[in-house]
Formats: sequence, structure tokens, C-alpha cells
Amino acid sequence: MADAALQDGPRGPKPKKSFSRANIFLYGTLLLVSIYYLLPLYVMIVTSLKGMPEIRMGNVFGPPMEITFEPWVKAWSEACTGINCDGLQRGFWNSVNILIPSLILSISIASVNGYALANWRFKGSETFFTILIIGAFIPYQTMIYPIVIILREIGLMGSLGGLVLVHAVFGMPILTLLFRNYFTSLPEELFKAARVDGAGFWGIYFRIMLPMSLPIFVVAIILQVTGIWNDFLFGVIYTRPATYPMTVQLNNIVNSVQGVREYNVNMAATLLTGIVPLVIYFASGKLFVRGIAAGAVKG
Amino acid sequence: MDAAKRPNKLFRNLNSKIASIPMILTVLVVFVGGTTWTVVHSFTNSRLLPRLDFVGLDQYERLWSSSRWMISIQNLAIYGICSLILTLVIGFALAACLDRKIRGEAVFRTIFLYPFALSFVVTGLAWQWILNPDFGMQSVIRDFGWTSFAFDPLNNPDIVMYGILIAGIWQGSGFIMVVMLAGLRGIDEDIWKAARVDGIPTWKTYVVIIIPMMRPIFVTALVLIASGIIKLYDLVVAQTNGGPGLASEVPAKYVINYMFQAQNLGQGFAASTMMLVSVIIILIPWAYLEFGGKKNG
Repeated sequence: MADAALQDGPRGPKPKKSFSRANIFLYGTLLLVSIYYLLPLYVMIVTSLKGMPEIRMGNVFGPPMEITFEPWVKAWSEACTGINCDGLQRGFWNSVNILIPSLILSISIASVNGYALANWRFKGSETFFTILIIGAFIPYQTMIYPIVIILREIGLMGSLGGLVLVHAVFGMPILTLLFRNYFTSLPEELFKAARVDGAGFWGIYFRIMLPMSLPIFVVAIILQVTGIWNDFLFGVIYTRPATYPMTVQLNNIVNSVQGVREYNVNMAATLLTGIVPLVIYFASGKLFVRGIAAGAVKG
Repeated sequence: MDAAKRPNKLFRNLNSKIASIPMILTVLVVFVGGTTWTVVHSFTNSRLLPRLDFVGLDQYERLWSSSRWMISIQNLAIYGICSLILTLVIGFALAACLDRKIRGEAVFRTIFLYPFALSFVVTGLAWQWILNPDFGMQSVIRDFGWTSFAFDPLNNPDIVMYGILIAGIWQGSGFIMVVMLAGLRGIDEDIWKAARVDGIPTWKTYVVIIIPMMRPIFVTALVLIASGIIKLYDLVVAQTNGGPGLASEVPAKYVINYMFQAQNLGQGFAASTMMLVSVIIILIPWAYLEFGGKKNG
């Protein structure tokens, strides 16, 4: 519904080349607001390309007089958190190691689950689904400590495996909703025909539903990659310093109190952490919008 | 597919039930179980470890007499009200601008939405740098000649929440714009035509016709913003870490600090239960309005 409307884009004839007063005001406002939105990205980029002496001379908005990539190298491989000085790369690889299994686990659980809820309802399935959706609104803070205990009991506290499990659990409401709605929207005749031909639960899922649902998988992947990559709270609670995801390590690097603050290295590190979701965003374009709109307007 | 009509009730549709085990476990163990566990333990005097040693409402009395909690609540109220109003206004205004059949709509939309892809940590650190008093915006404006210019929100306890607000709005308003834009696109073109025929000015059409028609979208946006506000944590940790002093503490941070640093679990549980209660207070009227009257809504 909502996302379909967005995909259509603006309707009606192409705008005429009229520079009326209203139009100038409109574009003026939009350009001005764009500056507010673009400024931080611009400042991060120029700061990360300057040397420290130039930064001390002032003017965060000025372009670098001498472009240097040293801050980027330093942020990636030398920046310190506590006694570790191997840079942000450790956090990056930790985040990759968290992201990939979380992605596979959460999406496979949610897609099968959404399929069961859409096509194979059983007594009580809707009740569980309703509680699942309500659960998405419960503040994480009320569930954090019991999860610590559960993870400790099954021996996963502090490990990447524990965090993967947490991401799968908290990704479930929105992803299940996404898949359930998608599978419900597929024509029912398809399902019935497969049933008549003798296909079972898994047969229909793998041979009919899965091949038809590539777009929704892409939306789910976009949603999860940005969500998991940007997570801070779960990372800081359920992992140890050695397994900290990138966001947590970034915060520790930039906000560490010891030593001289190297703003250029900090900004390079910040950009490095933001690159993955930004690439996903710019590459996916309308699908990203579709994903968040689908999650938002219904959730 | 209706399990109830057939024999062998439990084993009918078995595969579907097996496939739903992760959901059932999540719902029962984490959502219902975990929340209940926390609420129950908020009535105990657990400190380093959770214990079932009930002390009634002691933790809540301590919570509400703690100045740190009161500051957290006030901060969240300031941030919440401002962020709610500004995000709604900015989100709607931008969506309305983009809906005027302008050129380069996709470009503008991309610009307004990209911060939403970034994490709160990245957002907080970027704005921490821009608002840096010695090298950031303040110093640049002073260098232009306005030497008495002072805007240092992150080190001024009185306005620190507004410093965080600037960053929060930057990150989240594009998302509300997308939601609003979807709502505006859902409005029938004929309504615009009819308003034009009747000679109603554009701004008045928005206020009198369009906004009332978009009530469900506004409610959704409101719920989205509100549930985001209560979660406010990463942004504060990255931008100010609750400082200067306790000036930018927020409830979510209070909970984490008491659970994992101050080793006073009972306080953490009581504070998190209060967060849960406030969510319920927000959600129940909404759920009632949305789903109360009609079935299968």
C-alpha cells in the first residue's frame, strides 16, 4: 500500500519550467534544509582528510589544504582502545562475524515463520503472532537482564554466538511481519494447486514460495544489515572487549579520555563505521525506503 | 488448513508447529517470561545478583527520590516533547514540499533520508565534533568577527539536551518524512482538483482537508517517534555520555548503569519497569483507537 504508492513516484504531468515566487520559495527551503542534512557528512569527510595542525588552525567547514589519508590508515590499523592498538579493523571484522550469521539465522527463522503464519495457521498461531508484535514495543531494558541469565546458562554469554541469538530474537517481530504479509499477498490458488499436487510444508516453501519471494528477502536483508551493523546496546552488553562490534569500539576510541584527541582520526573512524550502512542505503535506494515504510506503516 | 476440524489435533499441521517453535520460544521465554521476571525482581532488593528477597515498593521509593532519576525523566520530557513536535513538523513540511511535483525529488529524498541509515553512535560523534566549542561551529562563527558568539550546548548543562536534540532530529526526521510522503501519495488526486475548483488556497487545503485525512499516518508517526524517544540511549552515550555532570542522563541509561556498573540490580529493574509502564501508557490509547472499534483491523 504505502510502499507501492511511493514506488509510483510523483504523478501527473512533468512540472513546467516556471520560476514563480512560490517555486523559488519551495526550492530555496529545500536547498537550505539540504545543507543541514549534508553538513555533518561533509564536515566528517573534510576533517578526516586534514592533518592535526590544520585542524588546530580552526574552521571545520573549510576544505583541506593538503589532503592526507593518514588519519584513515591510523583509524583502521593503529587507533587505541585501552591497551589494544590494532585499530578499528578488529571491530569491523567482529561486526562482520556477527552480521553474517545473524542475518542468515534471523531471516531463515522469520521467513519460515511468516510462511507458517500465512499459509499453515494452527490454533493459537495468531495469538503468538500478536504477542510477538506487541513485544516489539517493549523497551529492551526490561528484557536485557533475563537474557544475560539465559545466555550464561547456555554458555554463550560474551561470545559472538550469544549476540547472534539476541539479534535473531529481536529481529523476529518486524521480519516475521514482513514475510507474513508478503506470503499472504501471494495468490492462494498457487498454494492450493501445490497442495493438490501433493507438496507438503517444506516442499511448497522451498519450491514455490522461496523462488517467488526474492524482493522481500532483499528488503529483509537491507533492514537487518543496517539494524545489526548499527546496534550498540546489545553489543556493549552481550560481548566482551575482544568481541566488541564496530560501533562499540568506535565509541571507545573516540570517547577515550587518555591521550591527545586526534579529531581527524576520530572522524575517519566514524566514517569507516558508517560506510557499510551508507553503501547499503545508496545502493538499494527505493528498496530501503520500501523496507522501512513496510516496517513502519504497519508496525 | 484448519487444524480444529480434523482428527489427531496435536499432530495435524505438525511441520508448521515445528517451524513456529522459535517464535513461540521467543514470545514465551523472552517477551513474556523476561518481562515478567524483570517486573517481579523489581520488588526485591537484588544487588550484585538477582535474589527473590521481596521488599515491596522500596526500590520504587528510592527511584523516585533519586535526583539522578528525576533529572533523567526531565531530560527525556524535554527531549521527547521537542523531538515529537519538531520531527512531526519537519517531517510533514518536507514531505509536503516533495509532493509539490518538484524536480529532483529523488535527490532531495535521498539527502533527507541518508542519516537514518547511520547509527546513533556515528550521529552522536559527528555532531559532537561539529558542536565542539574550540574547533567547531562556535569557533568558525567567532572567526567571522562575531567574537561574543556562544553556542556550546554539549558543555552547558542548561542546554545540553538541545545539543542532543539537534543530532536526534537530524537522524530521524527523514524517516518520518518518508512515512508522511507515503501518506500524501495515498491521497486521491481528485481531492486536490476539487479544492482547486473551489478556490481554496494550497496552505488551507493542507490544514483543513489533507491533514485531517492523514490522521492515521500522523498517529503511526507519533507512535514511531514516541517509541524511539523512550529508547534514547546510544546517542547520549556517544555525544555526551550523560555529561556535563548528570545534565544529559536519560532513563534508558540509568537502567544500564544501575544493572551493569553500579551493581544495584533492583534499582535497574525498577527503572526499567517504569519505562515499560510509560510505553504501556502510550500504547494502550493508540491500540484502542486503532483496533478497538473494528475487528480484523
